[in-house]
Amino acid sequence: MNFTQPVRFVAKNMRVDLALIAGMVAPHSRVLDIGCGDGTLIDHLFRTKQCDARGIEIDMAEVTRAVTHGLPVMQGDADSDLVNYPDAAFDYVILSRTLQAVEQPREVLRQMLRISTFAIVSFPNFGHWSLRLQLLFSGKMPMTRAWHRMWYETPNIHPCTIRDFFALCEADGYKVEQWLAADEDGKKAPWRKFASLANFFGEQGLFLLRKV
Amino acid sequence: MRKTMDQGPNFSETPHQSVSFDDGLTLDCGRHLNRLTVAYRTYGTLNAARSNAILICHALTGDQYVAETQPVTGKPGWWGAVVGLERPVDTGRYFVVCANVLGGCMGSTGPRSPHDERPGEPWGVDFPPVTIADMVRAQKRLVDHLGIEKLFAVIGGSMGGMQALAWAALYPAQVFAAVPVAAAAYHSAQNIAFHEIGRQAIAADPSFHGGRYWAEGVTPARGLAVARMTAHITYVSEAALTRKFGRKLQGASDLLIGDRFEVESYLEHQGSSFVRRFDANSYLTITRAMDLFDLAADHDGSLAAAFTGTRTRFLLVSFSSDWLFPTAQSRAIAKALNHVAANVSFVEIMSDKGHDAFLLDEPDFHRTLSGFLAGCAEHAGLGA
Repeated sequence: MNFTQPVRFVAKNMRVDLALIAGMVAPHSRVLDIGCGDGTLIDHLFRTKQCDARGIEIDMAEVTRAVTHGLPVMQGDADSDLVNYPDAAFDYVILSRTLQAVEQPREVLRQMLRISTFAIVSFPNFGHWSLRLQLLFSGKMPMTRAWHRMWYETPNIHPCTIRDFFALCEADGYKVEQWLAADEDGKKAPWRKFASLANFFGEQGLFLLRKV
Repeated sequence: MRKTMDQGPNFSETPHQSVSFDDGLTLDCGRHLNRLTVAYRTYGTLNAARSNAILICHALTGDQYVAETQPVTGKPGWWGAVVGLERPVDTGRYFVVCANVLGGCMGSTGPRSPHDERPGEPWGVDFPPVTIADMVRAQKRLVDHLGIEKLFAVIGGSMGGMQALAWAALYPAQVFAAVPVAAAAYHSAQNIAFHEIGRQAIAADPSFHGGRYWAEGVTPARGLAVARMTAHITYVSEAALTRKFGRKLQGASDLLIGDRFEVESYLEHQGSSFVRRFDANSYLTITRAMDLFDLAADHDGSLAAAFTGTRTRFLLVSFSSDWLFPTAQSRAIAKALNHVAANVSFVEIMSDKGHDAFLLDEPDFHRTLSGFLAGCAEHAGLGA
C-alpha cells in the first residue's frame, strides 16, 4: 500500500448492486453512472434495457478497461465534473457506493438532480448493527466487509447512515420515490416499512430520488 | 526554364495516387484554388452498404502512406502498428482512407503544385494560407468522390486529431465516431512559439531565397533540418531522452574536443533525414495551419457550441508525458463535449514517451482504440 497517495476510488463488486439498480431504470432511458468502475452496470443497462448508458470514473486503469470493452466511459471526478453537464441531460444518474467517498456529497446530489430527472444512490450503511457494536465494545473505528480500510487510508470520508440520508433528502427537498436496504450480497432486507430497523439491519441503502 | 526544386532523391518524380477536382476549392482566407488535387491511399474493402469507412488524418509531417512502405523514403508506414490486418484499425473489417493534407508535399495541392496563374512554376510561398478546416473540406471532396456518405470513424493524432475534431464540428451527420488522439482544440502560445523558431530557421537559411529556392535549384535544407530538430524535442519527453541517451558520448568516454553527445547526433539524424522527404514551403504552410487552429474561436469562443446537438461518439486519448498536447487539452475537449451531453470516452494513457507516444508501441492505447471501435461498430450495426 502506498501511503503517500490517497485512495480516491472505491473498489466495488458491481454484481451485488446490479440487479437492484437496474430494476429501478426504465428501458431506453439516458443514464450516467458516476464512479462506474469497469462499466459493468452500463454494459448491463445497454444490453438488457437498450439504455444510452455512459460512465465517468476517477481511476484511469478502470476507465481504460471500460473503454477497451467498447463502453463510453471518461475519466472524471464526481466532485468537480458534474457541473459540465447541461440541465436534464439524463433520465437517471447513478451513484453506486460512491457517495461516502466524494468530498461534497450534498453538492454532488444537487448536481445529480440538476442534470437528471432521477438520481439513484447507494451507499454502505454506517448505522448497521455490527458497526455500532464494534464501536461500542472496542472503542475503535469499525472494520467490516464494506468498511475494510483503516481510518487513515479509507477513501470513505463521508460515512452516513440510512436515517442520515433520509434527513438530507428531506432538508434538500428530494422526494424518495423508492428505497430499500440490502445486505452486502445485494439481497433485499425485509425492513421496507421501518427505516429505523433497516438502518440497524441493512448493510447498504439504495434510493431512487427526484426533485419535488 | 523551370528548374527542379529537389536536391533530395526522387521527390517530385514519385507518382502518387490522387484525384483532381476541376472546380477547385474556396479557402477560409477567401481565395479560391482553381484546381484541387487530393493524393490518397486506401486499404481494405468498402462494404456494400458503404458503412465501414474510416478516415485516418495524418499529423504535420505525416502522409497518406499510413500502412505501407513510404515510396520516397522506403520506410514502413507511419501507423503500421495501428492500421492493418488484425490491427486496432483492422483493414480486414474496415475500409481505411488516408489523404495527404491540403498544403502537403506528397501529391496533394500545396506549395509544390503548379501556380494557378503561372502554371510553369510552383506556388512556393505564394500558396494561400490554409486552415485545418480547409484540409477537412479537401478530404470531404475525396470522401464524396469515393461514394462514402457517412464515415464510420475519423481518427487522427496531433494535427490529425485537430482534423478529426474539425470533421466532427463541420460534418456532424457524416461522422459516426471521432477519435482525436494527443490533440487540442487550439494551438497554444507555447506550440506557436516552437513553430515560429522552426519557421525562422528556414527563413534564415541562405538557400531559402525568400521561398523561391526552387527557382535557384536549391533547398533550405539546413534551416528545415533545424526546424525539425527543434520540433522533435517537443515530441519527446525529458524522461524518454534520458532513457535513450542520458549523457552518453559518441565514441569516447571523456568529453574531449570533437566528441559529441549521443543526443546531438540523434537530433542531427532526425533533421537530415527529414529534409529528404519534406518541402520547406509545405512545412511553413502546415505549421501555420496548426497555429491558426482554434475551434472555439470559430464558435464565438465556446468550444461546446462547435458540437451542439452532435450524435457523434467521441474517444479522446492523451498521453501522460505529452507536454506539447498535454492531457489538460484533451480534458478541456471532454468537458466541452459534456456540455452538449455528447457521447464521450476519454482516456489518458500512462507513457513516458511524450507526444510521439501516439505513433509508438503503446499497447494500452491500441487496446483502447480497438475496443472503442468494436463498441461503435456494435452501435452502428456493423456486423463483425
